[in-house]
Amino acid sequence: MSALIWLAGGIMIAAAIFAVEARKILDAVIAMSALSLVSVFLFIAMRAPDVAITEASVGAGLVTAVLLVTLFRMRGGDDK
Amino acid sequence: MRRFYAILVAAGLVYMLFMFLGTIVPYGKADVADRVSAHFLAKDVNSISPTKWVEGDKQVPHSERVYGRKGFEDGSANVVTSIVVNYRSFDTLGEVTVLFASAVGVGLILGGTRRMKYGRKPNFILRVSTGILLPLIILFGIYIFVHGHLTPGGGFPGGTIIAAAVLLLYLSNEEFSLNMIVSKSLEGSMGSLYVIFGLIGLAAGGAFLFNFLPNGVVGSLFSAGVVPLVYMTIGLKVGSELSGVVAEIHEEREG
Repeated sequence: MSALIWLAGGIMIAAAIFAVEARKILDAVIAMSALSLVSVFLFIAMRAPDVAITEASVGAGLVTAVLLVTLFRMRGGDDK
Repeated sequence: MRRFYAILVAAGLVYMLFMFLGTIVPYGKADVADRVSAHFLAKDVNSISPTKWVEGDKQVPHSERVYGRKGFEDGSANVVTSIVVNYRSFDTLGEVTVLFASAVGVGLILGGTRRMKYGRKPNFILRVSTGILLPLIILFGIYIFVHGHLTPGGGFPGGTIIAAAVLLLYLSNEEFSLNMIVSKSLEGSMGSLYVIFGLIGLAAGGAFLFNFLPNGVVGSLFSAGVVPLVYMTIGLKVGSELSGVVAEIHEEREG
């Protein structure tokens, strides 16, 4: 279990660095979403279900969707 | 090769999900005495033995363990809620105000009259599965904020899940657009209802957002006094507010 928590923390750090260094914005958004998802697992393991539910619905769900729609609108603006 | 890596990453994430869900005790197997409630009733998380507590051996009398003023955390089964919506409720009012300010900002900048089109027909699987999943998602959101004082969750995640259902409607139907008058009026009335609850508490108990209803039995649906009412108003307010934000980012101006 402890090794899994270390693995989750490592994935979070890797996803954060990838989100900063990614060349395409879409990859950065997806890396942010993955970071939120893995942090939800960590919150479950640390017995903080309130924070886990909020993080899953806000961080991994709605924020990613809003960023993706914003990205779509920016692309649409470039084409015109 | 990229597909191979993608499958590898997805399999790893699913494996981690199941490993972490494995730490949750299965249904029916949980030792109820080991839950937070016994620690919570004893107002102690370290020295108390919950099993002995339930059997009747209350190691330290309850009256000696009350921190702060008595009765503030005795109502709801979920301790986080009893802090957030009971005696720290003014913080929650501020949080709701921050969300309202950001929603107003989004509405001012992105407001428009025409619905943005994605420019492609939604496929069959998305349309049919939206029809099946939408009632379940909305019901789950309502469950999360109605049971906020019993189970983990509360107004904010419940409202966000309802907004996610509205987003699903926007993605699956090119013609759909939210009725902004209904969402704005629901949001405004629920926000003022929260303040009205606070003013009733001020009149009845002498403090803003005072818990003026009886606490009832811990664990039943109508318990914890004003907490479920406040969480219902917060849930409806956040749900309509974020649905409005989702609707506004799908709007564009003419020309």
